[in-house]
This record gives sequence, C-alpha cells and structure tokens, in this order.
Amino acid sequence: MMKTRKITVFDIVLLIMMLGVIIVTLYPFLNILAISLNNATDTARGGIHILPRDFTIANYTEIFGGNANLLSAFGMSVLRTVVGTITGIIASTMLAYTISRRDFVFNRPISFILVITMFVSGGLIPEYMLIRDLGLMNNFMVYILPMLLTAFNVIVIRSFMDNIPMALTESAKMDGANDFTIFWRIIIPLCLPVIATVSLFLAVGQWNNWFDTYLYARGNSNLSTLQYELMKILDNTNVSQGAVTSGNAEFIARQTNPQSIQMAITIIATVPILLVYPFLQRYFVTGLTLGAVKS
Amino acid sequence: MSKSIAPVTPQAELPLGKSGKKGQRPQRAPGEKNIWQRLNNQKALILMSLPFVIWLIIFRYIPVFGWTMAFQDYKPQQTFFEQEWVGLKHFQDLFNEPQFFRALENTIGMGVLGLVFGTLAAITFALLLNEMRFTKFKKLTQTISYLPHFVSWVIVANIVTTMLSVTGPVNGLLTSIGIIDGPINFMARPGMFWGLITTAEVWKSTGWGAIIYFAAMAGVDPQLYEAAKVDGASRFRQMWHITLPSIRPVIIVLLILNIGNLINIGFEKQMLLGNNIVADRALVIDLYALNYGIGMFRYSFGTAIGIFKSVISVILIVIANTFAKKIGEGRVF
Repeated sequence: MMKTRKITVFDIVLLIMMLGVIIVTLYPFLNILAISLNNATDTARGGIHILPRDFTIANYTEIFGGNANLLSAFGMSVLRTVVGTITGIIASTMLAYTISRRDFVFNRPISFILVITMFVSGGLIPEYMLIRDLGLMNNFMVYILPMLLTAFNVIVIRSFMDNIPMALTESAKMDGANDFTIFWRIIIPLCLPVIATVSLFLAVGQWNNWFDTYLYARGNSNLSTLQYELMKILDNTNVSQGAVTSGNAEFIARQTNPQSIQMAITIIATVPILLVYPFLQRYFVTGLTLGAVKS
Repeated sequence: MSKSIAPVTPQAELPLGKSGKKGQRPQRAPGEKNIWQRLNNQKALILMSLPFVIWLIIFRYIPVFGWTMAFQDYKPQQTFFEQEWVGLKHFQDLFNEPQFFRALENTIGMGVLGLVFGTLAAITFALLLNEMRFTKFKKLTQTISYLPHFVSWVIVANIVTTMLSVTGPVNGLLTSIGIIDGPINFMARPGMFWGLITTAEVWKSTGWGAIIYFAAMAGVDPQLYEAAKVDGASRFRQMWHITLPSIRPVIIVLLILNIGNLINIGFEKQMLLGNNIVADRALVIDLYALNYGIGMFRYSFGTAIGIFKSVISVILIVIANTFAKKIGEGRVF
C-alpha cells in the first residue's frame, strides 16, 4: 500500500506517540519488577523506577522457601491451569467435532442448546446455589468443572474444522476407521493452530481466576492460588495505601514485607503469560476476528 | 449485497433440481436403511457428545431454572415444591432500596464511561497503528499492547495502587512538573473513583479492543488511498474520509453489542480497587447482588437482581439495534 514513500514529520510524530503507548504499558511492570528485586526497607524511601537500588532476591526466596502457604498457592495455580486447560481442550474439541459433522443425527439440537448459552445465563446466585448443591464447595473440581466449556471456544474450533476437506474423513471411513479414530488421528492433528489459540484462552482464564477461589474455595487453604493470595494482600493494604507499613519484626529480619512480596507475586503471576502469548499471537488474532465475524 | 443477486439465484438453480443443492447431507453409507442403523453407525459421535450435553444442561440450564427462586421465599433446606411463592415481592423490595439505585447509578456511570472511552481509545489506537510505517516496530507495539489484556484484574489492581500510591511514580511526576502541590491519595477520593476505574479499564483493554478495528482497516481497498493521494489528501484526511467510514459497520456492530453489555460491567475492578472510603462510588449491581444474595443469604433477592440486570440488558440491546436500523446502519439482528 505504501511502498517507498519518504518518511515525513507525520511518521515521526506517530513513532513518538507509539513509544508513549509502549512506555505507559510497560513502565508499571518494570517498576514492579524493580521493587520486587529491591530491599523492602529501602523501597519505603520511594524513588525506585526501573532499576533496583539495593538489590536482593529476599522477596522471591520468601515465596519459594520462607512461606509454605505461598509455595502451595503457586503449585495450585500451576495444577489448576494444567488440568483445566487439558480437560477444557478435550471437551471443546470433542463437542466441536460432533457438531462439525453435518451428517450427525443430533447435530442441530446440540448446536442449538450450545448457542443459547451465549445469550442466556443464570447469573451469580443460581450458579452459586448449583455449585453448593453439587457439593463442589472447597473441592478441587470447582476449578475444573464449571469452566469446562464455553460456547465461544467450541464455535471457534468448529469454524476451523469446517474448513477441513470432507474427503479426508470420507476416505478414512472407507478404510474402516471409526469416528473416534478419525477425530483422534485426522482431525486433531489438523486443528493444532486453533487448539493452540483456545488453549491459550483456557490457560489464561485458569491462571488468572481468583474469584472462584474467593467464592467457592475459601474454606480450604490447600486450594488457595497465587492470584487469590495476591488479592488478599491487596485487600489488606488497599485502605492504608501510601501509608508505609513498617512490617513486623519477623519480616524485617528477613528483609522483606508484605508490600514487596506483593510485587514479587505480581511478577511471578505475570511471567508465564509473558512467556506464552507473544508466540501464539498469529493464531489468536485470526481466531478472535473469526469468532467476532461469526457471532 | 445478497438482495441484488436474489432474483437470479432461483433461475440458476432450477435446471439443477434438488440434487444440485449446496450443503446437502452427504450420501448415506451403505447399509443405513433406517434411523436405528444410523444411530448405531454414529454411536461414537453420540458417546463423544453425550457427556458434554449433560454438562451443558447441568451447568448452563439448571442455573436458568434457578430464576424461579426470585419469585419464591427460597429456603435452601426445602425442596422446590415446598417453597413459598411470593410473586414479585422481591422486585418490589428492590425498588424500595435506596442502595439499589446507588448501585444502578454507579453501574451505568462506569459502564458509559468505559464504553465511550474504551471505544474511542481502541479506534484511535487502531488508526494510529494502521498508519505506522516501520513494520517491525509496528508489530512490537501491537504485541506489547496485548499484554495488559492477558494479566488478571488482581494484577492490574496491584499495578494501579502501586502507580498511584502517595510515594508512587504518578504522584512523583505530577508534583515535579507542578500540576499538584503535594501527593494525592487517589485511592481515597470518592469523586475520582469512576475516573480511576475508567483509566484502568482503558489501560487494560485498548490494545486488545483494537484488534477487530485493525483487522477491519486491513481490508480497506488500497486503491481508495491511491486515489485520495492523487487528489492531494493529507494523511489525516485519508484517515477521516477513507479509513473511518470504511470501518463504520464494524464500529456500529460492536457498539450495539457493547451497549447490550453496558450493565454487565462485572464487579472485579470495583471489588479489587474499592475500599471503605470510596464504597459509595464503588458499589455496582453485581457487588450488591453478591453482598446481599450470598453475604446475607438473601438468595431470592439476589436472584431478582440478576433477572433485573438481564431484562435491562435485553432492553438496551433492542434499543441500540432499532436505532442503528433507523439511521440505516448495519445491525446485529
């Protein structure tokens, strides 16, 4: 579209504005990283920007060694993300495959009851009652079962499957393969790009969720997650925001305090996301545009 | 578009007859004489879908059935048939609660601010990005702009409180350039809360929200720009007269959908960033439902709030859709 045009003032202004966007987006993360790597007592003096002044890893050793609670919360975050993503992707692809098969007897009714869920939902209280009645309170399955499927994910996968030539499955059927074998051996390998996208959505949803812990699993400290621990610290410091808490003697001895640990948890909770999403960008952008067009 | 070719289609299809129809079901496999054999042949498909159909019914349909609670004095220890039906009592209670109107005001206030500034920011960002010439830098900007979307609200709340703390960078910056005399405790100013939430929302969702607009802009015919350039249009005028009008249908459709969701702004940000001092400004409908419905065990009352929200949502989307139809723009339904 614009091949070899001269670089104008307009382009330079644009470049500066975009640099502004990058700074506004990244500065908070760099600032928090610097604070998390700085001595907690020193941080209270203020003035930390993107470099730590009094370098220490005490805040991180506190999470991974000093505090059993936080370590277990980290483990639970990882566990729910792994289990939730795997079960979610199996469920979504299987259901998507059955409704992508035009010859399937129940194709239409199943598509119908799936799509309806995009527009009608019971709401907070009825869902809470359901979880309670199913006995999922303070149970690990509360992280997995309610989030197993979303109509959006199934439809994104189905749209992708619609582009797979029918001839492939037909010929496999001639060779005597049953529907499950076709799904597993032919469809899944061809769907890897969309599986990557949906896995990202599922994993991010699992990793970031704190509300289900707050509502359904508060009573079982083994089920606490990193996000929930962070939320609890935030809740405690919110009102006194800005007023420097000196912390108790125990924390001072270990050169850390809740605020600095809060920063370290923030970094730990951000890094996995940072490691994953840029590489899947190509896929999720297409997936999102496609999903938007369909709905 | 489809209207203009409609008269032609039936004629074109006539000679082909039924067998030439598109999207026809594939021929039945040999030996599929009746429905039972067909079911038998598809038992793998049935087994693959059955668990998830059951799941959908349990986790997505039973809660909708739970709406009946709003018309009962629901007591958890009783069965459905033992509950006492009270008609619209809970809705009447709802409209007699001053707190509820406070929550409604806050929800709509923050919803409108988020919608207006969120949409403006996303379109502006997409426009600017679309004009970028340095391809590598453009990709990098885009990738970085997605980051806030993928982190949780807990992390964003933590970022906001850190940035805005009395000793934090924002206060430092504002003081040093002389806009304010001394540090402001932003988190404890009720009058600033809506603005604070909107700013956080814009920071979190602009890059992600721009994806669809940006994709729509990529589809604009390059010849339009070439022609405009020949006519001597500046880059600004090209943006205003070509890019924006070309993506208007996308903007309208997203606006309609977002207006329908105006009231569904959730509660995460308000819950995480709110505190006792700003509570009056942070109370939104979902938070209200949570506090009363679950916190105080008023399940029926909480359900009534949820139903009220759904009804408003439907009304809003119908209004927006009708309006878009009236002014002759793309519509969703």
